Amino acid sequence: MTLDVRMPIGAFFTLVGVILTIYGVVTMRDPGASPTGVPIDLVWGLVLLAFGLVMVALARRARRQA
Amino acid sequence: MTHLTGVDYAVMLLYFVFVLGIGFTLKRSVKTSEDFFLSGRSIPAWVTGLAFLSANLGAQEVIGMGASGAKYGIATSHFYWIGAIPAMVFVGLFMMPFYYGSRARSVPEYLKLRFDEKTRALNAVSFATMTVFSSGISLYAMGKLLNLLLGWSFDVSILIAAGIVLAYIFFGGLTSAIYNEVLQFFLIVLGFAPLVFLGLRAVGGWHGLSAKLAAAAVTNGYAPGAYTRSWAFMGHASQNPVGVEWFGLVMGLGFVLSFGYWCTDFLVVQRAMAANSMTAARRTPLIAAIPKMLFPFLVIFPGMIALVVTSPRAAPAASAVVAPAAVVAEAPAGLVPPKIDAATGQPLHDARGRVVLDYDMATPMLLVNFFPAGLLGLGLTALLASFMSGMAGNVTAFNTVWTYDLYQSYVRPGQDDAHYLRMGRIATVAGIAISIACAYVATRFNNIMDFLQLVFAFVNAPLFATFALGMFWKRTTGHGAFAGLVSGTLAAAIHHGLSLPAGATAGVKGGYFGVVTTYPSELAQTFWTAIFAWVTCFVVTILVSLVTRPRAEAELTGLVYGLTAKPQDTVLRWYERPIVLASVVLALTLVLNLIFF
Repeated sequence: MTLDVRMPIGAFFTLVGVILTIYGVVTMRDPGASPTGVPIDLVWGLVLLAFGLVMVALARRARRQA
Repeated sequence: MTHLTGVDYAVMLLYFVFVLGIGFTLKRSVKTSEDFFLSGRSIPAWVTGLAFLSANLGAQEVIGMGASGAKYGIATSHFYWIGAIPAMVFVGLFMMPFYYGSRARSVPEYLKLRFDEKTRALNAVSFATMTVFSSGISLYAMGKLLNLLLGWSFDVSILIAAGIVLAYIFFGGLTSAIYNEVLQFFLIVLGFAPLVFLGLRAVGGWHGLSAKLAAAAVTNGYAPGAYTRSWAFMGHASQNPVGVEWFGLVMGLGFVLSFGYWCTDFLVVQRAMAANSMTAARRTPLIAAIPKMLFPFLVIFPGMIALVVTSPRAAPAASAVVAPAAVVAEAPAGLVPPKIDAATGQPLHDARGRVVLDYDMATPMLLVNFFPAGLLGLGLTALLASFMSGMAGNVTAFNTVWTYDLYQSYVRPGQDDAHYLRMGRIATVAGIAISIACAYVATRFNNIMDFLQLVFAFVNAPLFATFALGMFWKRTTGHGAFAGLVSGTLAAAIHHGLSLPAGATAGVKGGYFGVVTTYPSELAQTFWTAIFAWVTCFVVTILVSLVTRPRAEAELTGLVYGLTAKPQDTVLRWYERPIVLASVVLALTLVLNLIFF
C-alpha cells in the first residue's frame, strides 16, 4: 500500500490539536469561552495533539521497519 | 441560532482538505477494477475493522441513537449489546470463510455462486436501489439539521457534502472510502468524547443522571429505573419506554434484524472483503466489535443527558430558532425541543395531549450548548463526518453491485477490465446524483421516503434465513432460496398490513389490510414483522428445496459448510486468533449487559 493511513490521521489531529490549544490559551479569559467552566479547548487541544503525534510516530516506525 | 467563528471554520476546512487529499493521493494506486471496488484485497485488519464500524456509523447512528437515548434511556444499548455484537461475532467466525474464501466480489455474487442467477438479480436490484435511497435520506437529514442548527442553506450544504464524497471515491475508490472512514471514526470518537465528559459533569456523573432520569421516568408513568436499567423492565412491554417485551427484543432485534444486517449487508461485508488475508477478513468484524460495544457511552449518553440537563449558557443557544420561549416553558425536557407542526408553527401534541419532543435534536442541542468556539467546530465536523461516512459506505457498495452484478452480468458482459473501472467511476457519479435527487424528493414528499424505507425493511427481513440455509445446509436449492425470499417479503408486508402500533392510524404505519392485532409500540411491530418474515422464508426455503433438485456437491466447495476446508489461521500470536478475539468480545458484552441490567 502506498499510503499508511496513520500518517494523514496523525497529521490532521496534530494540526487540529495545535489550533485548539492556541485558541484555548488566547481566549482563556473571555466570557463565554468555556460555558461549563472547564478550559476545554486547551485541555482537549492537548489531548488531540498527543494523539496526533503518537499516530505519526507509529506510521514512521512502520515505514522504517518496512 | 448558533454562529460559528473563524476557528470553527478552520477545523472544518482542514478536515475537508485532508479528506480530499487522501482521495487524490490514492488515485495512483487505482489501476484495476479490483483496486477500485475491493482495494485490491490488500488492507490490514485493524483498518478494515474500523472502516467496517464507520461505514455503519452514519447519521442514523449518531443522531438516531442520541434520539433513542433521550426517548428510551439506556435500553437503547440493546441495539448494540444484543442487536449488533453477537451478529458481528457470527459473521466473522462462521460466514466470512465463505464470503472471502469463495472469491466472490460482492454479496449478490456469492448468491449467484451458491444459488442461481435469479436470486442474485433479486438481491442486487433491491440492494442497489436501497443504497442510493439511504444515501439520499442521509443527505436530506444533514441538510435539514445544518439549516436548523446553523442557518446554512440546505442546497449548499448537501451539494458541498455530496461533492466531497464524490471526489474522494471517484479518485481513490474503496481504499479512499475506507481510509476516510478510519479518519471519520477517530474524529467521531474524539469529537464526542468531550461532549459526554462535559455533559456528565454537568448532571453530577452517572449517579446524578440516574436520579434526574428517575424523576423523568416517574413523570412518564414508569418505574424510577426505567431509563437507567436495560433489562430489568423488559418482562412486559408496558413497563419500559421501548414498548417491547424481552422475547420480541431478543428474537426480532437480536436475531432476525441484527443478523440480517451485519451478516448479509454488502455495505459492511465489503470492508471485510477488502482485507489482505482470510484471517484478516475474519478478524475485521471482531475488531470492529470492540469499539462498537463502547459506542453506547458515546452516542446514547448525550441523548440521555440532553433530556435532563439545563444549558450552562445564560441564554440557551439555538433555542430562539428551534423553539420559541413560550414553548420551552410548556415542555421542560432538558434541551430537547418540541416538534413543531410545519403548518401551524405550534408544537405538536400526542393523543394524550402531551407535547411531542423532537428527539433528533437531542445530541445537536447538547453540542451547541456545551461546546465553546473551537471545540464546537470539532464537534460539528464530527457530525458532518458521520453523514459523509454513511453516504460513502452506501455509494461504494452501490457502484460495486451496479458494475459487477448488474452491468457486467446483464448489460455489457465480456469487456476488458478498464471498461468496468470506467463504469465504476460513472456509477459513482450517477449514485451520488440519484442521492441528491432523493434528498430533494424527501423535502417535498416525506411519505414517499417513509414508504420506501418500509419496503426495504420487508425485503431485508427474510435475508438471513436464506444465507444461513445456503451456507450451512448443502441441500438448499436456488429455487428454494428465491421462493423463500419472495414469500418472506410478502409475509412481512402482510403482517405489517394486518397490525398497528398503539395510537397510530392505518396507513404507512400498518393496518392497510385491516387491523387484526395491535402492538404496544412501533418497534414491537417492526420486530414481530421481521420475525414473521424470517420464519416464513426459512420454512418456504426448506420446503421448496426438498422438492427441487440440489446442485452436485462438487460445485459447492468453498460455498457451503461441511464441503469447505476449515480456515487455518496463518500468522498470529494466540490473542490475535479469531476464536480468542470472539470469546473476549462476547465476555465483555455480557459484562456490560450485567452492569446495566
